Amino acid sequence: MAIDLRADSSLTIGTHTLSSRLIVGTGKYASYALMAEALERSGTDCITVAVRRERLIDAAGNNLLDFIDTDRYTLLPNTAGCFTAEDAVRVARLGREILEGIENPGADWVKLEVLSDTRTLLPDPVATLEATEQLVADGFQVLCYSTDDPVIARRLKQAGATSVMPAGSPIGSGQGVLNPNNIRICMEYLKEGDQDYPVIIDAGVGTASDVVIAMELGVDGVLLNTGIAHARDPLRMADAMRHAVEAGHQAYQAGRIPRKLYATASSPEEGTITAKPR
Amino acid sequence: MQISVNGQVRQLPCEITIAELLKDLNLDPRTLAVERNLQLVPRAQHGMVQLVEGDKIEVVTLVGGG
Repeated sequence: MAIDLRADSSLTIGTHTLSSRLIVGTGKYASYALMAEALERSGTDCITVAVRRERLIDAAGNNLLDFIDTDRYTLLPNTAGCFTAEDAVRVARLGREILEGIENPGADWVKLEVLSDTRTLLPDPVATLEATEQLVADGFQVLCYSTDDPVIARRLKQAGATSVMPAGSPIGSGQGVLNPNNIRICMEYLKEGDQDYPVIIDAGVGTASDVVIAMELGVDGVLLNTGIAHARDPLRMADAMRHAVEAGHQAYQAGRIPRKLYATASSPEEGTITAKPR
Repeated sequence: MQISVNGQVRQLPCEITIAELLKDLNLDPRTLAVERNLQLVPRAQHGMVQLVEGDKIEVVTLVGGG
């Protein structure tokens, strides 16, 4: 049976269809040139960006946009660094304004992050919900960075979030998916009667196996940054992540065998010329 | 006239618009967004909005982020 492995490789989030299930951040690279090469190797066509003050003194400094082909990548502006719903809404609007200026299709969506404190960078669920309501009312497609709590995940969806993106573990921690059971319940809640609702694991991915584990849970995609940017060799890790997201997704589609306590022989038990032990 | 731009105090010799401020700062308006006293000023209005004493202006752009 011939199957088109590419047929299900695309990821639809709201009105955006991406050719890769991997979304990659653009922060923390040693240089923008290295970042550009890592993005290329990762196979992604969607990258997150942050909104920050224009440097007024160091005008000769490199600009991110000089290193990104905005015809090739859909930008996903984030609200990183916001600790209140009010600030997140401000930053989302500023991001939209910039993306409209550069005519990038990502102008109509936002990766909403409303954080609780600088030590854990865990999302503030109440403020995230408030900001989601306001941004949805303002016409945004909102992709919510969330904890892995199924209850808040469902509330965010009910508030109109285009995608809920539970953290595998804290941002940049590299601990992988710490609570796969919560992710499973998030998926049940979010996809009940709505199989195509996109669920993305955002944050905490440390290496390729973390991505595979996330994808094998049946999530629609993975968003990561530090795992590539801070790897000893970011380019090689970007390659690994590209393979991991595909491998995990294919394995999920294929359906794993059940775990059993005892062995099951792979070779026929009949016709052996030797005696079994008693 | 005194305003603040990205947290820095600036003296302006006369009333100018946001578009003129960006030109003075040698910034390309297509790759940035401007907020005046916490309110976004859409690009199309940059040439119409006159800055006044005490305005707090934020000029932001895109940087690498996750």
